[in-house]
Amino acid sequence: MTKEKLVVIGNGMAGCRAVEEVLKRDPDRYEIAIFGTEPRVNYNRIMLSPVLAGEKSFADIVINDEAWYADNAITLHAGRAVTAVDLEGRKVVAEGGLEVAYDKLILATGSDPFRLPLPGIDLKGVVTFRDLDDVEAMVAASNRPGARAVVIGGGLLGLEAAYGLARRGMAATVVHLMDVLMERQLDESAGFLLREALAERGVETVLGAHSEEIVGADGQVTGLKLKDGRTLPCDLLVMAVGIRPNSTLARNAGLAVNRGVLVDDAMRTSDPAVFAVGECAEHRGNCYGLVAPIWDMCRSLAESMTDGEGAYEGSVLSTRLKVSGVDVFSAGKFSGGEGCEDIVFRDAGRGVYKRVVIEDGKVAGAVLFGDAADGNWYFDLMRSGASVTDIRETLIFGQAITEGLFGLDPNAAVAAMPDTQEICGCNGVCKGAIVGAITAQGLTTLDDVKAVTKASASCGSCTPLVEQVLKLTLGDGFKEQTGPKPMCKCTSKPHSDVRKAIVEWELKSMPAVMQALEWTTPDGCASCRPALNYYLLCAWPSEYRDDKQSRFINERVHANIQKDGTYSVVPRMWGGMTTPDELRAIADVADKFAIPAVKVTGGQRIDLLGVKKDDLPAVWADLNAAGMVSGHAYAKGLRTVKTCVGSDWCRFGTQDSTGLGIRLEKFLWGSWAPAKVKLAVSGCPRNCAEATCKDFGVVCVDSGYEIHIGGAAGLHIQGTQVLTRVATEDEAVWVIAAAMQLYREEGWYLERVYKWMARVGLESIQDKVTDPDQRKALYDRFVFSQRFARLDPWAERVAGRHTEEFTPMSRRMEFVPA
Amino acid sequence: MNAHVKVPVWVDVGAVTDVPRRGARRVPSPRGDIAIFRTGDGEVFALMDACPHKGGPLSQGIVHGRAVTCPLHSWNIDLASGEAMGADKGKGCTPVVPLEVRDGRLLLSLDVHG
Repeated sequence: MTKEKLVVIGNGMAGCRAVEEVLKRDPDRYEIAIFGTEPRVNYNRIMLSPVLAGEKSFADIVINDEAWYADNAITLHAGRAVTAVDLEGRKVVAEGGLEVAYDKLILATGSDPFRLPLPGIDLKGVVTFRDLDDVEAMVAASNRPGARAVVIGGGLLGLEAAYGLARRGMAATVVHLMDVLMERQLDESAGFLLREALAERGVETVLGAHSEEIVGADGQVTGLKLKDGRTLPCDLLVMAVGIRPNSTLARNAGLAVNRGVLVDDAMRTSDPAVFAVGECAEHRGNCYGLVAPIWDMCRSLAESMTDGEGAYEGSVLSTRLKVSGVDVFSAGKFSGGEGCEDIVFRDAGRGVYKRVVIEDGKVAGAVLFGDAADGNWYFDLMRSGASVTDIRETLIFGQAITEGLFGLDPNAAVAAMPDTQEICGCNGVCKGAIVGAITAQGLTTLDDVKAVTKASASCGSCTPLVEQVLKLTLGDGFKEQTGPKPMCKCTSKPHSDVRKAIVEWELKSMPAVMQALEWTTPDGCASCRPALNYYLLCAWPSEYRDDKQSRFINERVHANIQKDGTYSVVPRMWGGMTTPDELRAIADVADKFAIPAVKVTGGQRIDLLGVKKDDLPAVWADLNAAGMVSGHAYAKGLRTVKTCVGSDWCRFGTQDSTGLGIRLEKFLWGSWAPAKVKLAVSGCPRNCAEATCKDFGVVCVDSGYEIHIGGAAGLHIQGTQVLTRVATEDEAVWVIAAAMQLYREEGWYLERVYKWMARVGLESIQDKVTDPDQRKALYDRFVFSQRFARLDPWAERVAGRHTEEFTPMSRRMEFVPA
Repeated sequence: MNAHVKVPVWVDVGAVTDVPRRGARRVPSPRGDIAIFRTGDGEVFALMDACPHKGGPLSQGIVHGRAVTCPLHSWNIDLASGEAMGADKGKGCTPVVPLEVRDGRLLLSLDVHG
């Protein structure tokens, strides 16, 4: 019996796998010929990254060597491109005029790397990352000493390319259009960790970067110019911005083609004798660029070519990144969606972040960073659509723990464990050792157990188990540990621990804090985000970039929201002093913008109430023009410094209280604090400025200045205490700035000065601000911080900063009939 | 313009990326302002810009997870359903505005639910 003739165009992963699958089912049915454009045998393209990184050689990644072709009587036309397919005549035409007839044809032409149409694209040294030739070009470039590489594209392929080049000693920089690396696979938290892990491996990343032009000299690439004006110098530029199905041959032959070659569930194209698989195929609107779906397609294709059954119904995707020591897994709806619920686990010690998304009681997706061992398990749960309601509590800890405890309540499960069962994997502590230590040494708390046995002392993931063992062993003697109150429901850590960690561990961004302190939510909540933003700003004034989206609206728009959604605006009046010109400007603004209410505040300034949000920048522009700046009447920070007229005018005045008040306000303004801070300076003990109910107050006396602290006159009423007495105005300023800085560094977010004082004790504050060395250090830190804080936020916004905050996104809905 | 021409049901009000992550933008409409939210994960939602409690402008609140905290009295509102959450659950619901994303563009309709 003569065999049917099968021709395969494409000697890549899909083409050869399809052949393998066919041979597996019916080894004798076809006489097979394979065409490949690359002059070599079939290799595992996805393993090119390890080849680039020098972790594998080409020989390691060959899937089918020459013997395989020979053993299966396959004719390989390597390095010979097919130029046309004749559907009518059932034959393919290759370079050099070779014609080969077929009964069945498989198109496995794969995809082409997408090249951005940038000026300079044809310069030498600009490559893509697709085949062994590209790898060889990159390796050659990396051999030049001091060579630098820029990779455009922060997706899977781009990152693997950059990592490989860094491994080969190149300085590699990834330029990514989006603000999260691998944003199609990772959420922000995982993206952040990936960025850090890459940096440790010598790969820098530039996010939110628009490429403008590839620059060169003498025909050779020398750099990449970005739209923001920066030019990143490089000797090699790798473009890894995506792939495009290679469907030209099919289109020219007259097959139905959309993005890829259109196929049905049997992988059949619009011509029944022609099939397509792999990246060139488009199935139910999807083109795939990952290997797992290609294997699925090849199986279905082989079934239909050998008269079997098994239709392809599309693939659910999962992704793993191949960068050594960086374990990343992502599948499904990893960032949730409507009606989804997140379970988040972080382990700072091991650099682990896991997020499993549950929808309708089933796993809908997962993203794992740092420990992706359970990736396949979550993926299987996701694909099978099994209900996980029963295992929800332990799901995030992975398959081993979940299956170990399944069906048992946590107590019973732990009771049922044998003494030899290992509880703490990090330190190799088994249940028996923990029970033994508890009974022998009379341990009663988790911390005791940790100290004595080391169980749960490393990564902490077994803490719940250790606690269960403790409960079981002590019975009624067990007491829940009560510690300081956590900051919010996203964390178990209290404010002080968080502040300490930010400084000691040099955490400089919100994702860094959330990871290091094992936040249980992906991006915090309305209570921890503003607090973290402040703590970071306070700890790293020159480095941390304020996160607008983590501020309450008043601090975001630099005005106070009112009950009707309008705003109030309070310009600063230094020390409560004003001028006829300023008053005229305020009156003009009130007229011009039809501001309905003008009120004198308790802090000696003027409040314009009822300003429409859209008008805010224009109102500020007019006030700025008259020399006035924001009064920060909305800020967790310095508000006002109230004064009396002092020795300038008052017959009882002992010192220049107005002058000191103005000096203090001009020095302290713009500083952010845990809560609002109000000051007053009175010129004599009659205290007309009411300094003894302020956060910080000064009462001038004949011999100098009494510095007061910790007053309150709101919900709580409390007189100040005397912090110290000083002889000169300079000293008064030093002490107040030092005390302010101490409060900024020690206070918990939203904790007013008087509460902070009650918590740490007046003496502790006195010790620090009266000791000359400590006072100097605090003062210097305050001065440094003020270098970045004393900016008028109104002027910045008048100049165009954050205009999107004040204008509607679109007015096109206004004319739609309701 | 011909008076009988029907105004399209879906109105393009901008690009998804015009809304800051963990933020919101306003779109005025004859029924009042509409708030379009974008979460940290990049999902978008539209609600009428009024808290069910005292009408606070939700577009001005802090967006976290799939919720927004009203700037006036800190009610937490579920962005997908408009329902009050936590301690205020069941006390009120903000109408959801139909929103579609097509090719990175945001399309709103005034066929408000809830």
